[in-house]
Amino acid sequence: MSQQIVSSQPLVEVKDLSVTFSKKRLFKPTRVVRAVNGVSFEIAQGETLGLVGESGSGKSTIGRALLKLVPMESGSVRFDNTELTTISRAEMRRMRRRMQMVFQDPYSSLDPSATVAASISEPFRVHEGLSAKQAWSRVQELLEVVGLRPSHANRYPYEFSGGQRQRVAIARALALTPHLIVCDEAVSALDVSTQNQVINLLEDLRDEFDLSYLFIAHDLAIVRHIAHRVAVMYLGHIVESGPAERTYQRPAHPYTQALLSAIPIPNPERSNRAGRILLRGDLPDPANPPSGCPFQTRCPYAMDVCREVMPAMTAVDGGGQVACHLQTAGPELNGRSLMDADVEVVR
Amino acid sequence: MSADTAMMREPSVQRPTAPGIKRFLRRFASNKLAITATVLLGVLITTSLAAPLLAPYPPEAIDVVNRLAGPSPEHWLGTDSLGRDTLSRLMHGGRVSLAAAAFAVSIAITFGVPLGLIAGYLGSWVDWIMGRGADVLMTFPAVILAIAIIAATGPGLVNAMAALGVVYAPRLFRVVRGATLAVREETYVEASVSIGTPAYSIVTRRVLPNILSPLLVQISLMLAAALLAEAALSLLGLGVVPPTPSWGNLLGRGFTEIRTTPLLVWFPGIAIALATLCFNLIGDGLRDSLGRETRKGD
Repeated sequence: MSQQIVSSQPLVEVKDLSVTFSKKRLFKPTRVVRAVNGVSFEIAQGETLGLVGESGSGKSTIGRALLKLVPMESGSVRFDNTELTTISRAEMRRMRRRMQMVFQDPYSSLDPSATVAASISEPFRVHEGLSAKQAWSRVQELLEVVGLRPSHANRYPYEFSGGQRQRVAIARALALTPHLIVCDEAVSALDVSTQNQVINLLEDLRDEFDLSYLFIAHDLAIVRHIAHRVAVMYLGHIVESGPAERTYQRPAHPYTQALLSAIPIPNPERSNRAGRILLRGDLPDPANPPSGCPFQTRCPYAMDVCREVMPAMTAVDGGGQVACHLQTAGPELNGRSLMDADVEVVR
Repeated sequence: MSADTAMMREPSVQRPTAPGIKRFLRRFASNKLAITATVLLGVLITTSLAAPLLAPYPPEAIDVVNRLAGPSPEHWLGTDSLGRDTLSRLMHGGRVSLAAAAFAVSIAITFGVPLGLIAGYLGSWVDWIMGRGADVLMTFPAVILAIAIIAATGPGLVNAMAALGVVYAPRLFRVVRGATLAVREETYVEASVSIGTPAYSIVTRRVLPNILSPLLVQISLMLAAALLAEAALSLLGLGVVPPTPSWGNLLGRGFTEIRTTPLLVWFPGIAIALATLCFNLIGDGLRDSLGRETRKGD
């Protein structure tokens, strides 16, 4: 196989991934929640894919499924040309050094009874058989890389602020110089000034180590800042994906449009009240999803076809894909953004 | 509001969930009862361990002239019906009683802790089977089972205490399993899984240190119960075989002279009560200074 083909392969290739959780209940049918439903995406080496959506849309589950922290129902996950769904546990353990995760809450992702050095050296101990002493100098280096003082190594997590803890967690994820880091709401628990610092750190590290991120967040402004491409999730489906700028400037899915209109505008006097789209109702029960398009219960443009048929992915002008009947039926946008077309609200 | 936040920021080192050993020691030291109990228990253990050096007489030395004597300069706590020095026998008896309690509890730890960790961490059917096994063992009244085992194997403290340990094991199992279930859901365990850390290593390095507080509390309370159980068995003559003294059989022999020399019952009784009380107070102190869930106020 030629070098060309190998390098053109994406680092992560997810196809038709589904994850279900089932809860057995006494005297009642088992409750099955399809948290992720037939999701496909790719991440190239050095690329950041932002995954956005509201709580319960399944975005964290995708990140966990990628690292096999939750069992997959079906589909395929290829990491650097290795199919993760079928490899043995021992092989998976070896793969783990190349894919790491940074969790949302830095207060619970570090063992409170272990020193920072013990937490950061865990990957070294597991994958390289180094003792805490042997890993010491590398722990010191890592602390410097993430902007902490090496003298912090012997402290306990409770002696640090949230931002500092998240730096420790990032240092731990970086320890084995992975190719992919899944950032699961990695900055959501931090206050705004700390968020910026951590985001900048993540960007610097991406450039320095040629990292790929799957950046899961509900804060759209942050995702726009860090991500090259964006995928929007709703109720276990990716409803729209594409280059970050295109998706933000010219959303093609009504849900993306609604999400974007909810971003607060710094100067309220300039805000365009009329442009604000309010979604009514709650996210449907994922154990009992609506028929047809998952968004039809809250979509302002819902048509009859939306209630019956799940829309297929169609290409969008400017890159990416969208799953919406507006593209193929009714106004027939044919890949245009909702911003370009004057789509009337049906209701 | 601003005063509140300023106050909260100031002692950032004293976050309530902080596991710091210093913080624990400070809290424990401020608990006067627990400190007193620790000191007292330390004295009891030291005098028992050093009995051959400290005791004024050998435990079997007979002073026939001074039988059933009250406290005197020669015999501080008096003598028994054979003229043996009560103080010396108490000190030697403490060795047997405390060692027996420690033995039973260590048996319980050997079985209860690893199985509890396994059941709590693995969950599913492993947990179910182990849980039912623990249920079965829990239905045995501890002392009765110990008596039954002694009936089968003959008097002897080792068998009895081993039996006691086995019966106590499910209680530790329960505590460890419950705490493990809670810790397993913590993100730092998931983080270890994502790093690729083997399950064994996660359990010993991540779970065990974080369930230590409820475990220590349970162990100290269990020591108290085991001490009482030893006393009960020896009192009935099922424990250690005379003339070797233990607090239990000292108490038992004291009963025969209770009308003439009630002091013979008092001293071992006080020793047992004191040691039990100490273990319980230390357990309470540990719980208050380690426990997160029993914190008051915040």
